[in-house]
Amino acid sequence: MAAVRPIRPIAPEPIGLHTQAMDNLRFIRSTMESAGSFTAVPGRGGMLMGVTALVAAIAAHLSPTPRAWLAVWMSEAVLALAIGLVFSWRKASRNSTPLLSKPFRRFVLALAPSVFAGALLTFSLYFEGVRQLIPAMWLLLYGAGVTSGGAFSVRVVPVMGLSFLALGSVAAIAPAVWADPLLAAGFGGLHILFGLVIARRYGG
Amino acid sequence: MAKPGSAARVERSGPKMVAGAGARALDRIIHERLRLGIVGALSVNETLTFKELKKILGTTDGNLSVHARKLEEAGYVDCEKKFEGRLPRTEYRLTSAGRAAFENYLTHMEALIRAARQG
Repeated sequence: MAAVRPIRPIAPEPIGLHTQAMDNLRFIRSTMESAGSFTAVPGRGGMLMGVTALVAAIAAHLSPTPRAWLAVWMSEAVLALAIGLVFSWRKASRNSTPLLSKPFRRFVLALAPSVFAGALLTFSLYFEGVRQLIPAMWLLLYGAGVTSGGAFSVRVVPVMGLSFLALGSVAAIAPAVWADPLLAAGFGGLHILFGLVIARRYGG
Repeated sequence: MAKPGSAARVERSGPKMVAGAGARALDRIIHERLRLGIVGALSVNETLTFKELKKILGTTDGNLSVHARKLEEAGYVDCEKKFEGRLPRTEYRLTSAGRAAFENYLTHMEALIRAARQG
C-alpha cells in the first residue's frame, strides 16, 4: 500500500521575529563596517600631520647636528601618530562607529609592520653611519604601508601610498641635500593634499 | 505574497508602518533589505556617491536607483546631482528624519531581541 502523504506540504517552522531582528542587525553592522572603510582614514588629521611635517622639515633643515635632525623627525613621528589616533577617534565618534572597527583595524594592521620596520632600520642606519638612506627608507616604507592598508579602503588611500613610494624612489637616488625638501613634499605636501581630498569627499 | 511593485505603490505616499510586526510598528521604508543597507552605509558617512553605494551593497544600477528614490521620496535621504568635469556625480546624504528613522529601527530590533530573550 502506498504511503499516505499530506496534500499540502508541511510548512517549515516560521522564522521567529527575534531571529529576523538579529539577522537584520548583523546585516546593518556588516554594511556599516564595509561602508566605514570610506571613513576610517581621517582626512583632517592627515592635513594637520602635513602641517606639522612642514614645520618639522624646516626645523630639521636648520638643525646643527645629525643627532638633532633625527630628534626633530622622531618627535614629528610621535606627534603625527598622536594626531592620527586623536582624529581617527574623533571621526569614529562623529559617525557613531567604534574606533576599532574592522576597516580601521585592517588599515592599522597593514601599516604597523612598515612603521615598526622603519623605526628599527632608522636606528640601525643611524648608528651604522648610513644616514643618507634614512629619508628614502621612511618614504618608501610609509608608502608601502599606506598602499597595503589602502587596499581595503577608497582608491585615494592607495594612491597616496603609491605617491609616497614614488617620492621615496626619487629620494633613494637624489643627493643628500634634497632629503628635507623631499620629506617636506611627502609627509607635508602629500598628507595635506590627500587629507584635503579625504576630508572633502569621505566625511572629514 | 505581494509583488515588489505593489509595495512601491503603497510607499509612494510616504513612510508606512507594518502593523503587528512587534510591540510597535516597523518602518516599512527602512525594513526592506537594500534600503536598510543604504541608510546603514549613509549613517557612517557624511555623503556617498551612487558608485560607492553600489560597490558597498553589491547591487545593480537599476535596483539601487529604485530603492534610493524611495528613500528620497520618504525624505530619508537627500540626493544631489553634480558634474565633476564632464562626468555626472550623484551624491546621497542621510537627512535628520532618515537618521531618526534608522535609530528608531535599531531600537526596535534590539527591543525585539530583548523581549525574545526575556520570554
